[in-house]
Amino acid sequence: MAKVLVVTSGKGGVGKTTTTAALGAALAQRGDKVVVVDFDVGLRNLDLIMGAERRVVFDLINVVQGVAKLPQALIKDKRLENLWLLPASQTRDKDALTEEGVGKVIDELRARFDWVICDSPAGIERGASMAMRFADEAVIVTNPEVSSVRDSDRIIGMLDSKTVRAEKGERVEKHILITRYDPSRAARGEMLTIEDILEILATPLLGIIPESQDVLRASNVGTPVTLSNTEGAPARAYTDAARRLCGETVAMQVPVERKGLMDRLLRRRAA
Amino acid sequence: MSMGLLRLLRGNKASAPVARERLQILLAHERGLRGQPDLLGVLREEILAVVSRHVALDPTKVIVRLERGDEVSTLEVDIEVPNDIERKRVAVG
Repeated sequence: MAKVLVVTSGKGGVGKTTTTAALGAALAQRGDKVVVVDFDVGLRNLDLIMGAERRVVFDLINVVQGVAKLPQALIKDKRLENLWLLPASQTRDKDALTEEGVGKVIDELRARFDWVICDSPAGIERGASMAMRFADEAVIVTNPEVSSVRDSDRIIGMLDSKTVRAEKGERVEKHILITRYDPSRAARGEMLTIEDILEILATPLLGIIPESQDVLRASNVGTPVTLSNTEGAPARAYTDAARRLCGETVAMQVPVERKGLMDRLLRRRAA
Repeated sequence: MSMGLLRLLRGNKASAPVARERLQILLAHERGLRGQPDLLGVLREEILAVVSRHVALDPTKVIVRLERGDEVSTLEVDIEVPNDIERKRVAVG
């Protein structure tokens, strides 16, 4: 049974694309057949994060408009056998995403893959609403910061009213993924706590991804963070989140402050 | 100079140079797109148009692969042509 999963947030820059790539790779590593779909028409970036930017021939809008067939537009990952990318268009405008066209593409993807992961653009406009429209499940990427939590709440409202499932009286299964979590700032009480966020959003937690240089390094080289430094804290947190998506029970790891030599030196200098 | 030294100290593991190179290749291509049509896109369209004048193309049997590089890019067009049309032609090893 294929699952359509939307990675969304409302706010920009919180880590949707990083999360899409990381979860997609982690699920593919488990043996599932996965496609990651970029819905950010006009400002695509998932191709860059996946390291496939030089191989884009056709895109989602070409398929929606019938210019290309789906198999022609799918780009196979060079590292994982069962991971694929459907890129967004860089030039055409968002209005080209018709509900009927997107629905047909999603149906075709459902027939071919176990997971269809839709990377939503920021905002609440057409691209974002199309990305979530056919979703069975949603990962709401949230930073421990007031504006991000507020936007997540707005997106949760849309997931509960503007999706095909919601209109049929069914529900989209929602998960909060907290990213860019900084344990040292949390310890100093400078950040919203996990408990605060979950209480405000009243939605279950999928995982906590610590702020880490691994994420920047992974994007620099165009590799999902779950594949670039598999022993790193973000990779492990994303892999655990992927296992939870598959229904496994995995104990939640709350990132703790690392007191390395460099951290101490930097702290002293900053103080 | 100082960049090289920094990289040496880090054991040559800096990822930023990789990022810079990837962006330079990508942006050179994308900036070109704003002014003029994409050469590889034009080639792809015209090759397919020429072939489809002679053969009824099944769009699912046409595979186009692209690899954009710094110095050269490759466009690979893989077209499955039914044998009844090709019968008279000499097979190319």
